[in-house]
Amino acid sequence: MFLLVPIVIISIFSFSAKQGLVDISASWVLDNYIRAFDPVYLSVFFKSMGIAGLTTSICFLIGFPLAIGIASAPKSWKPILLMIVVLPFWVNLLIRTYALIAVFRTRGFFNFSLEWVANLLGIPFEPLTLLYNDAAVILGLVYIHLPFMILPLYAGFEGFNKSLLEAASDLGARQFKIMTAVVLPIMAPSIISGCILVFIPALGSFLTPELLGGPSSQMIANVIERQFLAANDWPFGSALSMILIYLTFGALALRYFWLRRRYFGSTENRP
Amino acid sequence: MNRSIVQLKGISKNYGTLEAIKEIDLDIFKGEFFSIIGPSGCGKTTLLRVLAGFEIPDSGSLYIENINMQNVPPNKRSINMVFQSYALFPHMNVLDNVAFGLRVDGVARDEQSRRVKSMLSLVKLSGLENRLPHQLSGGQLQRVALARALIKKPQVLLLDEPLSALDAKLRNEMRQELIRLQKNLGITFILITHDQQEALSMADRIAVMNDGAIQQVASPSDLYEFPSNKFVADFIGSINFIGCQLSEKDGDVFKVITRISKDAFTVEGNNSLRIGQDCWLGIRPEKINFEDADVVNPNHNKLSGVVKNITYFGQASMYHVEVTGEKTATINVMENHSKRSSGTTNEVGDSVVLCWSTDSTSLFTS
Repeated sequence: MFLLVPIVIISIFSFSAKQGLVDISASWVLDNYIRAFDPVYLSVFFKSMGIAGLTTSICFLIGFPLAIGIASAPKSWKPILLMIVVLPFWVNLLIRTYALIAVFRTRGFFNFSLEWVANLLGIPFEPLTLLYNDAAVILGLVYIHLPFMILPLYAGFEGFNKSLLEAASDLGARQFKIMTAVVLPIMAPSIISGCILVFIPALGSFLTPELLGGPSSQMIANVIERQFLAANDWPFGSALSMILIYLTFGALALRYFWLRRRYFGSTENRP
Repeated sequence: MNRSIVQLKGISKNYGTLEAIKEIDLDIFKGEFFSIIGPSGCGKTTLLRVLAGFEIPDSGSLYIENINMQNVPPNKRSINMVFQSYALFPHMNVLDNVAFGLRVDGVARDEQSRRVKSMLSLVKLSGLENRLPHQLSGGQLQRVALARALIKKPQVLLLDEPLSALDAKLRNEMRQELIRLQKNLGITFILITHDQQEALSMADRIAVMNDGAIQQVASPSDLYEFPSNKFVADFIGSINFIGCQLSEKDGDVFKVITRISKDAFTVEGNNSLRIGQDCWLGIRPEKINFEDADVVNPNHNKLSGVVKNITYFGQASMYHVEVTGEKTATINVMENHSKRSSGTTNEVGDSVVLCWSTDSTSLFTS
């Protein structure tokens, strides 16, 4: 209900036209959507998907070994390690983002550390510009979304029957083959869940690109915000929002169909 | 004949301060059905994992076909294992599970399909190739696990409690099936179990383990008839123990005095007991008879008591007879119904005289 009502309102707005400064008439036109496919906005969509995709991949590459590590840690360590993963959630997103700025700005802790090392080694040091570019946005998104990747993967590994690894090894498989033929396929539902949980919020992220990104690294949510506030163009903002929602649903649908094909569909018959 | 295929020499393995297995020496012969039994926690699973290569022993050496296995990982050993929970790959169908071992070895496609087909018909699974493990019954899962391990033509097949998840009827069926497979293929089977019936009915030789050490290695009948110590006698089958003291020794004929009733018994034994030493007299319940007034055998040892309880098993009954002297002890007597000589039946409360021949008992040090 609380999800549906705003979506219905936004979708009605998205088919409307702006009249004057404040009025909006529900005129059932497609103008807003046509305008959304203008190369300017399309490129922002693609860029957002690229950044979200890259964030998801990096989260996976970092989160996968971490999740294995936590799941195979001694029992008494697990709650502590999980606590470390979840701890950042206790701090407000805005504060965490500002903390990242404090660390990575030109006169931030990261540059200070580098300067200290450079002075020790006697190398001339020029502070690095680490913020206000795409890399900074991805770094921020990875930092914020990593727990969303680790937790489902960890849950998956906890339920993973370790004797399957021994069985595969017993049957002659090497480490790489065990990973590709046994671990990844069985873990696939957890991997997909983790990726969706990272990709969807990363795609619609607003604060991180706003604070850490440069002028060229704005994502779709920033454009939407500008339509609603600065440009005062609610119908167009609504249309962009709807496209973002469709993309999200598309990702969820992909996961659903993939799982369904895998567990209920016919299995192919290879020799 | 009897060429050793698996040799363990002084194998030990500790987990922290816990000694899981201690200095194990064991020879397992080519083509035999060998079983390792013991109570849970006796180290039998650790021993199996050492054989498979999942555990590295702290000391000692393991030879398979006279090759030292010290640095040989599990995937390079000519040993395959049937896991307790089967450990079938849940995302692969029966065919892919069985073919897994051949695929990782890079066996040619047509040979793969030929061998999978013949293996599936051997374990009677033809027609189920496309089923996923969760669509199979317990017995079928068991057969897939067997097929998956056997298709690699191992020298030795390890079976870790393979029948424990099956119901009684299916378990019986699979026992016969395993014996059939083992005889047909001539592969050495090493079966780990805590179920003595399973070991006694299937194995050619059995090793009984307790506290990380092997107590006795013998054929099923030798294990039952001539247990080498009190633990083995107690673990295999059921047995009565009567506390005694050795009073006389004349070659292989021993005389003992019971602690409860001060009765004297004659025992045939070859134990290294000293005169005056405390010992246990072990008697299997089915070797004890109720004395029949008509038949008197002077060689028989006798003990009188009162029937306290009768447990009916169908083909036989177990009589719990209380013997009272300085202390009270309960002796269990198994009487087979079809072999009962007289028509009279002992009831609860009857006074009875138990008797047994001198060669049906064993003496154990305490």
